[in-house]
Amino acid sequence: MTIDPATFLAILAMAIATYATRISGFIIGPYLPEEGRLRQALDAVPAAVLTAVVAPTIVSGPAELIASVATIIAARRLPALGAIAVGVGTVLVGRHFFGGW
Amino acid sequence: MSISSVARDVRSGFITMLPIALAVVPFGLLLGSEAVRKGLTPAEIGLMSMIVFAGSAQFLTVSIWTHPAPWAAFALAAFLINLRHVLMSASLSPKLKAFRSSQKALVAFLLADEIWALSERRAAHHPLTPGFYFGTAVGFYLIWLAATVAGTFLGEALPAPETIGFDFVFAALFISLVTGFAKSWRAIPIILASLFASLLFKTLYGGTGFILAGGLAGIGAAALLPPEKKKTP
Repeated sequence: MTIDPATFLAILAMAIATYATRISGFIIGPYLPEEGRLRQALDAVPAAVLTAVVAPTIVSGPAELIASVATIIAARRLPALGAIAVGVGTVLVGRHFFGGW
Repeated sequence: MSISSVARDVRSGFITMLPIALAVVPFGLLLGSEAVRKGLTPAEIGLMSMIVFAGSAQFLTVSIWTHPAPWAAFALAAFLINLRHVLMSASLSPKLKAFRSSQKALVAFLLADEIWALSERRAAHHPLTPGFYFGTAVGFYLIWLAATVAGTFLGEALPAPETIGFDFVFAALFISLVTGFAKSWRAIPIILASLFASLLFKTLYGGTGFILAGGLAGIGAAALLPPEKKKTP
């Protein structure tokens, strides 16, 4: 159970870099406007960033595309956990039948 | 705020987080086993999960780990992958009215994607409290840490998450959250702009910059929309 000095330094540097990105929004937060176009933009962050994260997964294969649509439909009627179950179930069945693109 | 309402929020946060954290376990195990193959010790990958606590940055750097570790290159890689957290923390910032400054410093430390997403969803319906946030985040943190260290001992006796559909859990979570955020037509141009910019960037450049590219395109589209008549809740 040893820690190499160069590895320790790299992990510490990664930790500082990560923390900098996570605290920066809290530091600039109070200076951001309460209304107007910049506020509209900030209010859109959750939907915009989450969409960007999943976009490549959605189009990664026919099973994923079908499962994504199934998840959207399920999410309009079920709590998140139910929608996740529908999505994962659909992707498993889809991969069995379709494979990749 | 009474003790019992704090306890209720902690419990609620913990229960909300638990299924998501369990889906993270196979990935933590994989990261741990990959770390051993790259010559990292259990203590080293444990330390990384403990103080970096950022799955995508950890996966990327561990997959290219060399000895002696190039600290500046890895710090830059972590910074670039995690740039999306600037947007995430800026978005969460006004929802932390119930938090002291010292608590906000800890909120930032624990602000992994899943925790941020669950907190935004909570904040859309309830005021976000320290009880809920730390109930979500601390449990998730401990499960991630335990899974990565356990992975170093399990080695290659692990099934790939794809074979049991676990890799799709996060996609399904994020899709259902986006569906929940999309309450009017105004969400449609935001989502489409983000979707297309993300895919275009990923196709052209690969890497992980697509998250930031899509995110910026989506919020750019939001800024171009006509001003809202009334404030949404």
